[in-house]
Amino acid sequence: MARIMPRKDVVIVGLGWTGSIVAQELTEEGLDVVALERGVWRATSEDFAVTNAQDEVRYRYRHELFESLSRQTLTFRNNMNEIALPMRQLGSFLPGTNVGGSGVHWNGQTWRFLPSDFVARSHNEERYGALPEDMTIQDWGVTYDDLEPHFTKFEFLCGIAGKAGNIKGELQPGGNPFEGWRSTEYPTPPMKMVYGPTLFAKASEELGYHPFPGPSANMSQAYTNPLGVSMAPCTYCGFCEKFACGNYSKATAETTILPVLMEKDNFTLRTESMVLRVLTDKQKTRATGVEYITAEGELVEQPADIVILAAYITHNVHLMLVSGIGQPYNPRTGEGLVGKNYAYQTMSGVTLFYDDDTWFNPFVGAGALGMCVDDFNGDNFDHTGLGFIGGGYLAQWQTNGRPIESQPTPEGTPKWGAQYKKAVRENYQHSISIGAHGAQMSYRQNYLDLDPTYRDAYGRPLLRMTFDFTENDYNMSNFLTDRLVDIAKVMNPKSYKVSRREGPYSIVPYQTTHNTGGHIMGASPADSVTNRFNQSWDLPNLFLMGAGNFPQNPGYNPTGTVAALAYHSAQAIREQYLSNPGPLVQA
Amino acid sequence: MMIRSSAIIFAGSTFIGLMASTAAMAIDANDWTMRQRGLYLTRAGDCAACHTVDENKPMAGDYALSTPFGTIYTANITPDEETGIGAWTADDFYRAMNEGIRPNGERLYPAFPYTHYTIVTREDSNAIFAYLNSLEPVRQQVREPEFPWPLSMRFALRGWNLLNFENEEFEPDPEKSDAWNRGKYLVEGLGHCAMCHSPKNIIGAVKEGDDAFTGGYAEGWWAPSLTGSTRDGIGDWSDEQLFDFLKHGRNDRTAAFGPMAEVVEVSTSHMTDEDVQAIVEYIRSIPAQETDEAEPMEDDDPAMQLGRTIYEAQCSACHAPDGSGVPGQFAALAGSSLAQSSNPTSLVRIILEGARAAQTERYPTRHVMPAFDWKLDDEEVAAVATYVRNAFGNAASPVSEDFVEDTREDIRKER
Repeated sequence: MARIMPRKDVVIVGLGWTGSIVAQELTEEGLDVVALERGVWRATSEDFAVTNAQDEVRYRYRHELFESLSRQTLTFRNNMNEIALPMRQLGSFLPGTNVGGSGVHWNGQTWRFLPSDFVARSHNEERYGALPEDMTIQDWGVTYDDLEPHFTKFEFLCGIAGKAGNIKGELQPGGNPFEGWRSTEYPTPPMKMVYGPTLFAKASEELGYHPFPGPSANMSQAYTNPLGVSMAPCTYCGFCEKFACGNYSKATAETTILPVLMEKDNFTLRTESMVLRVLTDKQKTRATGVEYITAEGELVEQPADIVILAAYITHNVHLMLVSGIGQPYNPRTGEGLVGKNYAYQTMSGVTLFYDDDTWFNPFVGAGALGMCVDDFNGDNFDHTGLGFIGGGYLAQWQTNGRPIESQPTPEGTPKWGAQYKKAVRENYQHSISIGAHGAQMSYRQNYLDLDPTYRDAYGRPLLRMTFDFTENDYNMSNFLTDRLVDIAKVMNPKSYKVSRREGPYSIVPYQTTHNTGGHIMGASPADSVTNRFNQSWDLPNLFLMGAGNFPQNPGYNPTGTVAALAYHSAQAIREQYLSNPGPLVQA
Repeated sequence: MMIRSSAIIFAGSTFIGLMASTAAMAIDANDWTMRQRGLYLTRAGDCAACHTVDENKPMAGDYALSTPFGTIYTANITPDEETGIGAWTADDFYRAMNEGIRPNGERLYPAFPYTHYTIVTREDSNAIFAYLNSLEPVRQQVREPEFPWPLSMRFALRGWNLLNFENEEFEPDPEKSDAWNRGKYLVEGLGHCAMCHSPKNIIGAVKEGDDAFTGGYAEGWWAPSLTGSTRDGIGDWSDEQLFDFLKHGRNDRTAAFGPMAEVVEVSTSHMTDEDVQAIVEYIRSIPAQETDEAEPMEDDDPAMQLGRTIYEAQCSACHAPDGSGVPGQFAALAGSSLAQSSNPTSLVRIILEGARAAQTERYPTRHVMPAFDWKLDDEEVAAVATYVRNAFGNAASPVSEDFVEDTREDIRKER
């Protein structure tokens, strides 16, 4: 029998980016909020101080900041004809754990999706006719215009460095001419460019493309956000992704919100509190709270008027499934919605090798230091006859020159031995990579459900992921990679090596931590788990945060949109739900 | 919760203006209840710094205060009848504040700043007493002082008082502004700033006259000079910088850390702008005392060369290659009075054990300087301390390895 805690207005599952955002917003409204975090507390000052060695073995290879699979993991298979097996080590994606979540170890590339991304089905059907039958993409139910103030709010929270390309419809020189309109310029100017990105920008400009500085959550200058929390200028140390920043130079929940949130009397954080399921009334008309287990193994029930799932997408979906909320998706019949439209990201790249006179100093880096072109993203170009929809941005990011992870060698170099070492020595300072960050359309056969065999440490079935790339992905990625090759040639290297996206999808090598879908949003309960405010259609006092709401995954990093959706949802709770608790959208 | 909200209400009041105009420190009791004034004055006196150990037991005392003579445990000043001051009268309380004498006639050790509180007015003393009496009584027996004989004999304090204590009333200086007089009342009285910021004589009494506020050793740190000296004092700080430092814990050149972070958090950040301004006006009138004339060391000095290498590798990411820091976040070392203090204890200590900046409403981020004690040896700490004392236009005596070793030992003992 679980110990029952006093009722709270709001319980939030997970204190990462979205948990912190909604906690900040709802405590401002005066609500009594408790956040349950499965991991531990951590802070720049204690855990990531600048005296701390940014040890690649410890962090990158031994996964110190990533979730531990010892209590809970997922099983994986490429298609329904295979038997899924449990992942015993993270690979293709690296979700975080502990306070701050994955936001602690992100790169900081902070995008807004294109206006047409939010209406992907209607927009593409209108322009290109019927889509493939198994492509299950849909409109989001929310539009770019709805989210614009919330994108802005997040960018000002973080002090994003960048150059606007479109302010209220007026194109701005030096920015991305394809982006949706912005109400205002970025809060801070772009980062100082290093040599590699400027070469990439020059070549793309020669080809008639439109290069612009990547939007960065690494600070280009000291910044104090509207909450009064301050961040310091980035030192370009090259340890962002997979690492925590010790210089207060990367926007994370901890460097932007938590110093204020943690001081509030109406906010409580309970760490090492692993939520096992969402509790509902018998008729499944409302969530009544959550059940969690403490580090000591005690079961605790936290009743609350509003339940907010802000865990990583796989865990949000898992909690829905193990709590029996909504109908699980069945790919054979197409019925059910929970677990539907899982999607990922389609990455490819070209590495360029130069002679001894061309120096890149790759160790001078930052997670979002680079130049990008958006000419081949979304529907920024005509897809007629190309055999795919969607696209991605192309970029030269100079993120790092970390000695273990960054050892680019030209085509034909052995994988080990004297020749390999010689090639690493010769090329470390003289090579750069350019990449395509491709979208992924959702397909009927890619989904999440509960595994029939394997269970976690708490006795719950594991989440099962069934996923592979599709024809649309390969066609799109090849097209984008060909554009990279065009640019690479103009950049005039000694040689270059092309890494195309080839199938089948492997969950082993790292690609991106951009998993999406599974509790998708939409305009109707017939095709979505959450409405435009990320409120459950089934249980109106249950809200789901994060990229699990994405019906498909556009060609950008997700964090900007994840945060904008969280602000959009929190605003709806503050301004509409509290005065009239119930469905915010009538089905 | 109650405490916080009443402070907010208080900040909007005008009674300080009324009070300053009479200069005699009479407070118009019609504006505020006595307890609310008492809360404010308790904060102005930074009482919680020594009397509150556990947030859930405010003012219950038993805080181990280390002095050069031994450890003393602070009094329980909650209204508990047996272990606190519940049986005291307002007269008893005033006598303790004014003369350092308990109701039973025992003398208080001067670690309790009655030597400063003696100028606190009877009205203010009454208000503080009223506030303390409104607290939850906490039953907490306070440990006996650990002093060697003859200091363990409280009557020995009679002699100490004869030498060092004068039972004064506050006399406003009619030549000075009301704000200056108010500032003096706060600084010399409740604020007891000199307890840390002035040097002490051999029996632990605060030195006065020219020595006043030239810096002092307190609680293992060097409280820097508050005089108008431009190098190791605050002569080159603007009034606004000093105001921001006291009110918000930071200014564009540095942050309060160590014991001063607590002073800001518990005391000065809760004071009204008018009172902080008054303190600024009084402190700014302390004349310059060149305590430690120095020429900058040569760049090719071996310690300077080693220090520079360490600085560039370990310090420059935050404090900037030219020592300019990041305003509001990381302290500027160029022109830093603390870096150039005649006594480098605090500089060495912050390098060894790090420090946490005060957290205030304006600066919610608690920036932390990490500890380097595990990373740099004595020679390296001495070199980098010497370097920051003499780089970026600074000038001060070098720091020796022995000094670092001793400071390390002091920190170890404290733990």
